[in-house]
Amino acid sequence: MADLSCTIAGIKSPNPFWLASAPPTDKQYNVERAFRAGWGGVVWKTLGIDPPVVNVSSRYGAIDYNGTRMAGLNNIELITDRPLAVNLAEIADVKKKWPDRAVIVSLMVPCNEEDWKYILPLVEETGADGVELNFGCPHGMSERGMGAAVGQVPEYVQMVTGWVKKYSSLPCLVKLTPNITDVRHPARAAKNGGADGVSLINTINSIVSVDLDVMAPTPTVDGKGTHGGYCGPAVKPIALNMVAEIARDPATHGLPMSGIGGISTWRDAAEYIALGCGSVQVCTAAMHHGFRIVEDMIDGLSNWMDAKGYRTIEDFRGMAVGNVTDWNQLNMNYDIKARIDDDKCIKCGLCHIACEDTSHQAIRFHQGAEPDDRKFEVVDEDCVGCNLCMLACPVPDCITMERVDDGETYRNWTQHPNNPMRKEPA
Amino acid sequence: MGTMGDIKAGRLDAAALADNFADAHPPLDDKNAVIEASRCYYCYDAPCIKACPTGIDIPSFIKKITTGNLKGSAADILSANIMGGMCARVCPTEILCEDKCVRNAEGHKPVEIGNLQRYATDKLFAAGTQLFERDAPTGKRIAVVGGGPAGLSCAHRLAVLGHDVTVFEAREKLGGLNEYGIAAYKTVDDYAAREVDYILSIGGITVQTGKALGRDFSLADLRAQYDAVFLGLGLGAVNALRCDGEDLNGVYNAVDFIADIRQAQDLSALPVGRRVVVIGGGNTAVDAAVQTRKLGAEDVTLVYRRGKNTMSATWVEQEFAQVNGVTVKHWLAPKRVIAEDGTVTGVEFAYTATGPDGKLTETGETAVIPCDTVLKAIGQMFVPATISDDGAAVLDLDGGRIAVDETRRTSVDGVWAGGDCVAGGQDLTVQGVEDGKIAAHAIDAWLRAGIATGTAAEPGAGATASQPA
Repeated sequence: MADLSCTIAGIKSPNPFWLASAPPTDKQYNVERAFRAGWGGVVWKTLGIDPPVVNVSSRYGAIDYNGTRMAGLNNIELITDRPLAVNLAEIADVKKKWPDRAVIVSLMVPCNEEDWKYILPLVEETGADGVELNFGCPHGMSERGMGAAVGQVPEYVQMVTGWVKKYSSLPCLVKLTPNITDVRHPARAAKNGGADGVSLINTINSIVSVDLDVMAPTPTVDGKGTHGGYCGPAVKPIALNMVAEIARDPATHGLPMSGIGGISTWRDAAEYIALGCGSVQVCTAAMHHGFRIVEDMIDGLSNWMDAKGYRTIEDFRGMAVGNVTDWNQLNMNYDIKARIDDDKCIKCGLCHIACEDTSHQAIRFHQGAEPDDRKFEVVDEDCVGCNLCMLACPVPDCITMERVDDGETYRNWTQHPNNPMRKEPA
Repeated sequence: MGTMGDIKAGRLDAAALADNFADAHPPLDDKNAVIEASRCYYCYDAPCIKACPTGIDIPSFIKKITTGNLKGSAADILSANIMGGMCARVCPTEILCEDKCVRNAEGHKPVEIGNLQRYATDKLFAAGTQLFERDAPTGKRIAVVGGGPAGLSCAHRLAVLGHDVTVFEAREKLGGLNEYGIAAYKTVDDYAAREVDYILSIGGITVQTGKALGRDFSLADLRAQYDAVFLGLGLGAVNALRCDGEDLNGVYNAVDFIADIRQAQDLSALPVGRRVVVIGGGNTAVDAAVQTRKLGAEDVTLVYRRGKNTMSATWVEQEFAQVNGVTVKHWLAPKRVIAEDGTVTGVEFAYTATGPDGKLTETGETAVIPCDTVLKAIGQMFVPATISDDGAAVLDLDGGRIAVDETRRTSVDGVWAGGDCVAGGQDLTVQGVEDGKIAAHAIDAWLRAGIATGTAAEPGAGATASQPA
C-alpha cells in the first residue's frame, strides 16, 4: 500500500487531496464533512476584512458537453460573506478536532500593509497550518483592487507576499491567476517575495454562455450578467501547462506547487504531481458529486502507485517535468503512421472524413456492395502522423500510431536545414 | 354454418383494455432523446442511410436533436419520407437502419433510430409546423389510386412539385394499412389519421373516398381525364389456406380482424375466442395474435409451417409476441379445421420438415390444436381484375403484381405504380413511401418535358431531389 502522505511548503497532509478555497470550504460544517470523507486538507474559503462582502443570487453557470453536465463551471461568487470572527473561531475548532489534516486559510485584504498586519496574527492564532494569498479571483474583488488585480502585477505580488512573510511565520502559498500572458512572471515575483510555494490556477475570466432568450450572459442576475471565473474539467489543460511552465523555469524550478484546475479523478491528480505538484486542490468535482469522490481518488492513486512501484508521492513527483520541452527540441526524425485494426473497426468512417476534409487525405474509403461492407485504409505516403484519426475514432485502441523511423537519429529544428537560424549546418 | 365456440365480447374490462392497447413503445422524453441522440457517432456516409429504403439522412436528423434544432431534424426526415412518423412506429428497424448501426459492431445496442425519428416528427406535429411549400402551379392533374402509403407519398410529392392531385380511395378513410392493417398499440392516438391530415395540409390534393378502381371507374377513364396516373392499389385479397373447413364460422382473415380492432369505437364490444390459432409467419400474424391476447383470449397459438428463421416477422416481432403470451409453434402446416356440429373446435396440423432439396415435406405425424377461432394470416395477393379494362389486363404483370421499372413506370404510358401492388418490393410501409416519391419525381419530369416541348413527352426522365421549404 503506497504512502500518500505529503509535505508541501512545510505543510503536512495525510494525502495530497485538498479542497480548494471555494464554497465547499466556507464553514466548519462543510469542512468537517469533508474530513470525515477523507480529504487530506482544505483551503478555507477566502477571508477578508469586515464588514463581510455581500453575494448576489444566481452565482454559477456551467457548460454541458454532449450530455455531460458541468464539463466547465463558472461562478461570480465573492469571498466569504460571513464575519471574520465567525470564520476564525470555526477554523480554530476544526484544527483542534482534526490535527492531522492540513488547514490552510485563504486571504484577500486590500493592498495596504496595515490590513495584512492586522489579519495575519488573527489567522495564526487559530492554529492553521498556512495561508494562501488569493491573488487570483477574477470577478468582483478585482474591481475593488484585490484578487486578480494584484495577481496580474508581479510587483504587487512580490510586495504583498513580503508583507505576509513579515507579519507571519506561517507557510505562505501564493495563488496565481491564469488571466495573464506569462505565468512565470508572477510566480517569480511570489518566490522573490518569500513565498513558500504557489498554488495554481485560479479561475479563468469567462462568460460561460449567453441566454439567447434573455440576451444576457449566464449566470443572469435580474437580466444582467458579468464575467465569472471558469473552472472544472475544461480548464485542466490550461492549468497543466502553467504548472509545467513554473516547474521548468530555472528561476522557480523546485518551488513547491499545489495544483488546481479541473481535477476530478486520481489520474488527473497524478498528472499534476508528475508535473511537480506536491498537493492538488479540488472544487468542481466535489460541487458536482459531493465529498465522497475523494474515496476513489485516494484508492485509485494508491492502487496505481502500487502497480507502478511508487511507494511515496515523492517517488514520481516531477517525473514528467524533464520531458516538457520547447518545440524546437523535438526530434523531427521521429515518424509515426496510423494503423487501423480492421477487427476492431466498426466502419463509422470518422477517421476518413476527418483526414479527408481537414487533414492530409491519407485514409482511403472503400465501399463494397453492402451498406456495411466498408474498409478504411491508411496511405502511408500521405500520413503525417498527426494523431487526428486516432483521436476521432470512437473505438479504444482501434487506431494506433506505429513508429516507422529508424529510432536512432535525432535532429531538431535548431539543426534543420530549413531553419535559416540553425545553429549548426545540416 | 353452425354455432360458435367460446367466442364472446367483453373478456376484459375497460381499464384493462386501455392498458393493453396503450402505446407498446412509449416515446422518448426530451432528456432521454438527447442522451440517445448523443450515442450516434455521426458516421460518414453512414451505413444506416443506405439501409433506409427512403434514404433518410439519419446521422443528420439525430445530430439536430442534440442541438435542439427539432424543426430541422423533422425536415431531414420528412423531406425523404413524408410518412417518417408512421415508419418510426412500424418499420422493422432491426432489419433496416438499426441493423446497420455501427454500434452493433462494437457489441453495443444500436442507436434507437426509430424512437428518435418518432421523437423528432412528434415534436413537429405537436408544434403544427408546415415544412413544405408548393412550387408554382403547373396546371397538370394527376390521378392517384389508393390512399395508402404509396399513394399518399406520391400525392404529397406531386403537390409539392406544383401539380394538382386527386386521390381515389376505395375505403372510407385514407391511410391504407396504416389505418386498417397495423396493430393498434403501434399507432395510438389516431396517429395514422393525423399523419394523413398533415400530408393533405400541403394543399392541392383532392380526396374521393369510397371510389374503387374497376368498380366506379376504369384505368382508361383515368388516363383519359388526367395527365398521369399513379396506382398504389395494395393487395386486395387474402391467400387461402386451401384446406378443409376454411369456410367454417370461426375462421377469419387476420387482416379483417385487425381492421375491426383499428376501427372499433369500443374494444370491449369486439368478440374474441377463448382459444385462438393464428396461422402464418408474418407481421400480420403477430399483430393479430398479440391483439387477441390483449382482448382477453386465454390461449393464443401462432403456427408457422417452417422454422423461425424464415418467418417474415422479425425476431423482434417474434419476441414481442412471446412476451405478450402468444405461444409460437413452428414446423406445422394446416391440414383441416375441425368442427363439431359446425362449431370450430381445433385445427389439425401436419408436422413438417425440409427435405434435402429444401422443399417442405410432411413427416406423416399430425397434431391437433384446440381452438374456438382461427385467424388466417398466410399472406395477401394482388387482384389484377382491378386494372383490367373490359376484362383484359392492360398492364404487364410480374409474378402476379404490376411490373414497373426503376422509376416505377408501368408498361402503359402515363401510368406509374408503387407499394405492395408492384413486383419486387418488400411489402413495407417505408417501401411504399419510397415508391410513391420516386414515381412522383418521374411523373414530374415526364410532365415538365411535355410542358417544355408542348407535346406528350417520353416518360422516365428520372427523379430529382426536392427540398422542403
